[in-house]
Amino acid sequence: MTDDKKTLEEILNLAASQFKVPREKLTPDDDFFKTLGIDSLQALDLLTRLEHHFNVEIPDYELQGVSDFRTLASRIQARL
Amino acid sequence: MNSFQGQTLSWELKDGVIELALHRDPCNEIGSRTLEELEKFVSAMEQMQNAAHALILHSTLKSGFCAGADLRELYHGAQGMEKQAAAGGVREFLERIHKVLNAIDSSPLTTIAALNGLTFGGGLELALVCDLIIADKMARFCFPELRLGLIPGFGGIPRLKRDLGNAVVRDLLLTGRSFNATKAQQVGLVSQVVGEGESLKAARGTAAQLGKFDRRTAIAAKKFIKPIPYEELKREIDIFCELFTQPAVEAGLKKFVESKDAQPYLP
Repeated sequence: MTDDKKTLEEILNLAASQFKVPREKLTPDDDFFKTLGIDSLQALDLLTRLEHHFNVEIPDYELQGVSDFRTLASRIQARL
Repeated sequence: MNSFQGQTLSWELKDGVIELALHRDPCNEIGSRTLEELEKFVSAMEQMQNAAHALILHSTLKSGFCAGADLRELYHGAQGMEKQAAAGGVREFLERIHKVLNAIDSSPLTTIAALNGLTFGGGLELALVCDLIIADKMARFCFPELRLGLIPGFGGIPRLKRDLGNAVVRDLLLTGRSFNATKAQQVGLVSQVVGEGESLKAARGTAAQLGKFDRRTAIAAKKFIKPIPYEELKREIDIFCELFTQPAVEAGLKKFVESKDAQPYLP
């Protein structure tokens, strides 16, 4: 598995676990606001969990307009 | 009054520790009701402080410690008013909240903010009056005011400048970005980072430790090392009120209040 795919897979696993959604229902191009049923506060919660999981710091303005897992993974990957 | 149960907050003095709990949905936004109850608390604190050595501020809400000022109340309150009149109302509110925060900042008690979740804007400013900040790992810090065409108005800039390096203040203020508890500890804002949901427990443990020390010595030490930047605090109110009359503020508040954006808390 490439690093990009591994990062994406870890994000999907973490999101499924945190928001109690079956992992098989999540795909890379899903709008995570809709699929996870989360609001902006929960999105910040997800961001914080991802920062801890990957041990990175992600300025939240980098996520403005990002709503799918694949783009989220690429933004995180760029900081690993 | 050793205990109180209000609409937005409650407090209790027990074993020498006052615990002030915020509990206004959705995330302890500070509006006029919270301000009234904070003023009531400060009066009570002055009576309780002879029987106490520590004060812990915390939230009972999972969403966070405090998301800041109640922007909806601010926006709707200013509607239909002349800008100068609205700015006058804002100044009165700011002077009252500064009085409250200055009283906690300069209290002889050793004060601890036990944080979880969102600690944004006025919420961060409330935490900054405390002597120690203990945050759970999910706490997140931000000064988003520039998005509204404003600066922090509850004393945030002078207190952050007092406590941290100017570069950190500029980063938080000028980018409006949020950062997590680990980063906050790295820059010196947070003294302890604990597991999720553990900040109050850690604060109680710290308060118990503080109770072992001679009070007069602790009060002298705090007074010596923690100056209150009164002149800068007054200047901050002036700048805030000058900016408040700018068209960008009304537009920023309107955007926030009416936003259907999925990410209104993101910059």
